[in-house]
Amino acid sequence: MEGEELTEQETALYDRQIRVWGADAQRRLTRAAILVYGINGAVAEFCKNIVLAGVGSLTLVDDRGVTEEALSANFLIPPDETLYEGKSLAELCSDSLKDFNPMVRVSAERGDISGFSGDFYSKFDVVVVSCCTLTTKKLINDKCRRLSKRVAFYSADCRYSSGEIFVDLHSYKYTKNKLDEAIECELQYPSFEQEATAVSWSKLPRKMSKLYFAMRVIEKFEEKEGRSPGGVSITDLPAVLKLKNELCEAQSLKESQIPDALLERLVSSQIEFPPVCAILGGVLGQEVIKAISGKGDPLKNFFLFDAFDGKGVIEDISSRDA
Amino acid sequence: MASQQQLSAVKIDMDTIEVSNLNRQFLFRRSHVGLSKAKVARDAVLRFRPNINITPYHANVKDPDFNVDFFKKFNVVLNGLDNLDARRHVNRLCLAADVPLVESGTTGFLGQVTVHLKGKTECYECQPKPAPKTYPVCTITSTPSKFVHCIVWAKDLLFAKLFGDTTQDNDLNVRSSDAAGSSENSKDVFERRKDEDIEDYGRRIFDHVFGYNIEMALSNEDTWKNRNRPRPIYSKDALPEKSIKQNGSVEKNGSTDDPSSVSAMASLGMRSPQDVWSLMENSKVFLEALKLFFTTREKEIGSLSFDKDDQLAVEFVTAAANIRASSFGIPLHSLFEAKGIAGNIVHAVATTNAVIAGLIVIEAIKVLQNDTKNYRMTYCLEYPTKNMLLMPVEPFEPNKSCYVCSETPLSLEINTYQSKLRDFVEKIVKAKLGMHSPIIMHGSALLYEVGDDLEEDMVANYAANLEKVLSELPSPVTGGTMLTVEDMQQELVCNVNIKHREEFDEEKEPDGMVLVGWSQPSSTEKKEENHRVSDVGTSNSSRPIAELNEDAEISTMEETDVVPTKKRKLSTASKNATSPSSSKVPADTDNHGKVEEIDDDDDDDDVVVMLDGNPDNTKTRRVVTSKNLCV
Repeated sequence: MEGEELTEQETALYDRQIRVWGADAQRRLTRAAILVYGINGAVAEFCKNIVLAGVGSLTLVDDRGVTEEALSANFLIPPDETLYEGKSLAELCSDSLKDFNPMVRVSAERGDISGFSGDFYSKFDVVVVSCCTLTTKKLINDKCRRLSKRVAFYSADCRYSSGEIFVDLHSYKYTKNKLDEAIECELQYPSFEQEATAVSWSKLPRKMSKLYFAMRVIEKFEEKEGRSPGGVSITDLPAVLKLKNELCEAQSLKESQIPDALLERLVSSQIEFPPVCAILGGVLGQEVIKAISGKGDPLKNFFLFDAFDGKGVIEDISSRDA
Repeated sequence: MASQQQLSAVKIDMDTIEVSNLNRQFLFRRSHVGLSKAKVARDAVLRFRPNINITPYHANVKDPDFNVDFFKKFNVVLNGLDNLDARRHVNRLCLAADVPLVESGTTGFLGQVTVHLKGKTECYECQPKPAPKTYPVCTITSTPSKFVHCIVWAKDLLFAKLFGDTTQDNDLNVRSSDAAGSSENSKDVFERRKDEDIEDYGRRIFDHVFGYNIEMALSNEDTWKNRNRPRPIYSKDALPEKSIKQNGSVEKNGSTDDPSSVSAMASLGMRSPQDVWSLMENSKVFLEALKLFFTTREKEIGSLSFDKDDQLAVEFVTAAANIRASSFGIPLHSLFEAKGIAGNIVHAVATTNAVIAGLIVIEAIKVLQNDTKNYRMTYCLEYPTKNMLLMPVEPFEPNKSCYVCSETPLSLEINTYQSKLRDFVEKIVKAKLGMHSPIIMHGSALLYEVGDDLEEDMVANYAANLEKVLSELPSPVTGGTMLTVEDMQQELVCNVNIKHREEFDEEKEPDGMVLVGWSQPSSTEKKEENHRVSDVGTSNSSRPIAELNEDAEISTMEETDVVPTKKRKLSTASKNATSPSSSKVPADTDNHGKVEEIDDDDDDDDVVVMLDGNPDNTKTRRVVTSKNLCV
């Protein structure tokens, strides 16, 4: 490792986590640059975790203003309304986050980054998106993949009491510790486009998480109806169910694989359930730390959590394997 | 949890904030270091949810003020404790008050959340938890084979002898076959003579413990028949040159007003706590640390106890442990690693704690809504099992053999003619049964009790009883009799059947008595191997070492009793081979709490948990959080 030692202050502050992943990994973290686009409750939690972990920098982009829904799930937004004047969600969150760890450079930017150039993206090591349309998600994922530098891509979505994290590390090499030996591993990740749209549902394992399908249905619904992300509500349920049936038929999937009750639950509230945000933000945080440090088996490629049954499941979905 | 409306909470925490907390306990800032966790946390939460009612107590949850009546005021108790003793205590109070308890713990990437309801699920103690690891005295004093043994020696023996209370018993000198190594001599040896040059003193101590004592041990042939012989190390070999008085070494250590900034490493120009020092470097640190204690912290000598946040103490213990390790052919460790072991430091990250916190809230809400069918024990794994990173399991039924919630009697094998009542009280009642204010009765005879309001003659009587062997107590305790042990605060009563036994194995049964029916799992070492999470000697640091550690932090991640791998339907009996607990299973009938994964083949049409503020509930709900670790 290049000789930049951790400072005494860093060693004291990060002592407990250095005991988990080692000083080398910590050094890599302090050099990492993270970009976040779209801040929902889960991503707010993620930001908190990654700032506490001591990354080099965190750049937030979310031009929206504060809403009731945001306030109920995003603990970074100060309750004092007088502070909102003229500030974007990203700017408000950025201000709060700086407090958590003064050693991290936290900043906010404005704009629709899906239109930004590759140069912009190459400044970062990790990109996390949320609250964006299917189109935007695919676009940004694609931009990351086109760079010669490896930029890890994650998306995080929370619908009421369930959530999903998607991971794309492209072609990823890392070391794993097995019985005191360091083993070199390599994984190939598909893009969101490759698996989300290209994968054939009927070819997926029968035991596949139902939440995965439900998420795809709602995602498709939002795209079809031109809704803003998370804009589906309980009144849309009949239309959502209709779409589900159509998709199942097109994909030769039994309708019971996507229970109506599950879809109903996902659209029943537009508010994210805070403990689910914490869980998603925690898992996402850990994944990003693994990717930056190059240590530990990264998640491949979906993580799904449903508070209803309490399971946090990993599904490996790729159109090539299925 | 704060996002819920109409909530009122009480928060109990005896700790103050430290820098090392800040990497995960995000309600705290650097400016809060030294302040009460309970109070600062409360203030922080109020800042983003001004409308809830939280009462902080900067106090120990074991305080008698927090009695059963206190606990009865709450709808649910959430634990975020970092030691087994407090957890057991709260478990008992919750049972006595019949209040649901949500327990949790984390270590590194592992964590779990469990729910406990009296009569319906296992209590926290139904499944035995690993107690802090203890080591036989002879392993520490004569035959260490692991680095941790050297740490215990350096910390609890050498450090204590040199800097701690000298009136305390200390096993420091090796028991040699030559009785001339008497305690009189040893007292002289460790004391610094009047006007003795500090470096000479240091080398004399060095030579005594690393040279002479080892030679004495070697003279006992039997010990080394099947073991590698240690080699004596003398300071003239390890560190031939007398150190030139370091220029301004005292100045380098900054003002002597701040003893905590004094450091041997700094004085010697050694920068990284991650380096593994050579024998020579360790010897330098040993001597330098000793010197610095005597030159800058003389007043404290004689009353110091080891504190992991005391840099100089950590340096000394690291150096001493390493020299001893070198002598016995045990690999040396860095200061960073040694500190973790000596200080029982639990490795911890923000992310796992966030996940567990989320899971705690989910269970707490189920409890508040009386959603009894859906309570889950949830395990957060480092490596997914059957695709699951978060694994929910239905709670078990109470263990019928649990002496805490099922009032099952225990048996004690003990030599009633040799063991004193004091031994019983210390080793069994307090250490194993976790009672703090016990009352011990033999039939109707009161043998011992603890209390503030006792009369003088009673106190004298009890003091006398403690020193008597069991068979000679006013109400003689011999084989076949039964003792009743009770803790008033915990409202726990235990019956202990006494069985007389003559002999005990010194190594395997170091206490000289064996409690049966209180099952202690076998060595935790094997389990640790499966959970080695990093290549920085953390496998040791997550293990508490000697019995006397206050900060024993234990993740109660129960490695053996997790994860039934088979799904079990309601009507079949359990064949869960990995589980240690006996009565897990109900054969059929209307019993709840089976060992079962959530069956996801059924189409679940159950009603979803309503999560927004309960519309028809006008009472304020109260929640207790006993937080001592994660947020």
